[in-house]
Amino acid sequence: MMLSPDLPHATQAPLAEHQPLGTLHRGFSGHVHSILAADHSAALPAAEMERRLIELGFVEGARVTILHEGLFGRDPIAVRINGSTVALRRREAMAILVA
Amino acid sequence: MTDAPRSDPFRLALVGPPNCGKTALFNALTGARQKVGNYAGVTVERKAGAFVTPAGQRIELIDLPGTYSLRARSPDEIVTRDVVLNHHPDEPPPELMLVVVDSVAPRAGLRLAMELLATGLPMIVVLNMIDIARHRKIEIDTAALSDELGVPVISSSAVRKGGLEMLRAQIDTTLAFGLPEPGPNLWTPPDAADLRLSHRAADRLIDRAITHPPEYDSLTHRIDRVLLHPVFGLGFLLVLLFVMFQAVFAGAAPFMDLIDAGFAALAETITAVLPAGLAQSFLTDAVIGGVGGVIIFLPQIVILFLFILLLEDLGYMARAAFLMDRIMGGAGLHGRAFIPLLSSFACAIPGIMATRVIDNPRDRITTILVAPLMTCSARIPVYTLIVSAFIPARQIGGIISLQGLVMFGLYAAGIVSALVVSAVAKFLFARRIPSPPFMLDLPDYKVPRPRSVAIALWTRAAAFLRRAGTTIFSMTVVIWVLATFPQPPVGATEPAILYSLAAKIGQVIEPVLAPIGFNWQISVALIPAMAAREIAVAGLATVYSISDTGGDAALATLLASQWSLATALSFLVWFIFAPQCISTLAVIRRETGSAKWVWVSVGYMFALAWSAAFVTYHLAVALGWG
Repeated sequence: MMLSPDLPHATQAPLAEHQPLGTLHRGFSGHVHSILAADHSAALPAAEMERRLIELGFVEGARVTILHEGLFGRDPIAVRINGSTVALRRREAMAILVA
Repeated sequence: MTDAPRSDPFRLALVGPPNCGKTALFNALTGARQKVGNYAGVTVERKAGAFVTPAGQRIELIDLPGTYSLRARSPDEIVTRDVVLNHHPDEPPPELMLVVVDSVAPRAGLRLAMELLATGLPMIVVLNMIDIARHRKIEIDTAALSDELGVPVISSSAVRKGGLEMLRAQIDTTLAFGLPEPGPNLWTPPDAADLRLSHRAADRLIDRAITHPPEYDSLTHRIDRVLLHPVFGLGFLLVLLFVMFQAVFAGAAPFMDLIDAGFAALAETITAVLPAGLAQSFLTDAVIGGVGGVIIFLPQIVILFLFILLLEDLGYMARAAFLMDRIMGGAGLHGRAFIPLLSSFACAIPGIMATRVIDNPRDRITTILVAPLMTCSARIPVYTLIVSAFIPARQIGGIISLQGLVMFGLYAAGIVSALVVSAVAKFLFARRIPSPPFMLDLPDYKVPRPRSVAIALWTRAAAFLRRAGTTIFSMTVVIWVLATFPQPPVGATEPAILYSLAAKIGQVIEPVLAPIGFNWQISVALIPAMAAREIAVAGLATVYSISDTGGDAALATLLASQWSLATALSFLVWFIFAPQCISTLAVIRRETGSAKWVWVSVGYMFALAWSAAFVTYHLAVALGWG
């Protein structure tokens, strides 16, 4: 296991059923399992990416529903999270593991 | 407790996340007594206003830019952070903060309020839009919130009569007890773990004090099912844009004719009263021709901004960015670049100013650089002149007018070139840098408040007029001087402009422009057109010594006999790309804060204009249109 268990936000290691939000489609509804941002995948350093996603409300356990998808490549997506609606690109949503 | 009101006003500030109704609250508290300016060095709007509390205490209120947290990213958010953390060079921290929380979606505002507690500044938490929350059966226990946060919490409604009485009374109560000395500033940039903790704390606060009805199928959701539909949503956006263009161009025409007639009458009066000479020429050519030539676009700008403000207040603009993100992203632009580029169809100046919503500096610069390529309305007089002179008024297949088709092609060329330039810029300079994230809050739809829209519209119009009176006026004066001095010798037979510095410059640049089919008359006419593109028409009329009474029709006939079709097409293509507008360059200088980007714009646009015109001219000559 990669995450040290004594961190306050330490969660279970992702399992097979935990999928990145970026791969899912309209109508999906589930809960946020963890944020796994990687440095190479986005313009922002992983730590900053994680903070921004948390600020939007993507915290462990929050309920998330995909409401809308764009026309081309079904990108970006609009999701319901924590009582607000947020638009983001699939590339950024890849860092959000949901179940 | 103090007895008499303090004589100098207390400094209060509104702080809150975007879309919390902060501006409506500001307007409701201060009314028309507002001063809108800029923070020094940055293009962030500083809004200040004044009001008097029921107890007679004078208040100076500033409306700090909206932000979700003190972890500031855009220039707006940095201003708010610096002011409340007492890092701002000009703006001292407020004596009392009014932290505005949207009662319908209180989470963002409450988290900000909890973060602001760490700054040590006194605050009142204002639960705004309480009327909508009550309507949606959201119950908020203000006493519990106040208890948890340790600061006064009151509810308000900026739009209901009497909705602010509690707030005004609370300000008096807080001030009457004497403001506590600001505590020590304990704020430090949070890391991911801190943010998680603050979310948990907000969850606890909301659990304790706020009762939500089970999430129901709100009107916003039902509207979004259509407006954010992948196909219908884009279709609706296109229809909306079509209606907007119709309004901007057809709707503004009568008002523009009116302004035109007004300035023409004024020019006539001046010509009648003043003897022909320098003073007359200065007033009619520089002041009326230059500044009047820019003010004529005011109706278009007002209508365009009316649309933009209404759509923004409705909450639609974020949706437009969502729908356009992929299309814009293909060209290396941010979804939010859509609005600035749209505004640029009226005039690049408001378009460039609208790029402030883009928080990534590189995306913002790219948008600023390509905005002048969109076909602004100042190009229309030039296009109509040349198209009516050279393109036969023929129908293709009996329905499509050839002239209309060429006009459409010119517009399309502007859009396509803007997308291509930004894609090339992205490929050349940022190939390996992934584009910045697109993450955007889609707020609930709200009915715009006519009063807020009217105030915002007025400040925009006033800013445009102020610029026409200052920057644009000084530019026109410079160009008038170039086109007027030195004066022709006594007994000169040629048009006066031929003896001027502008003509000298025109003759110097003529060899450069000859390969693209421009004669010396065109080269000379391009100099005054630097003030505003449509002056090219007047410039051509001057060098070809067409009297004003002859009008555009006479000029068109003359040009048709003097120019080859190849030259005309080359001239049109030149106007698609050339940076023929000093005011746009001045705005680029101001908005980017550096002369470097002005030179980059001038350089790439002239290079593009020259090469495209060169290709057009020689292609046309090869086709036998020389």
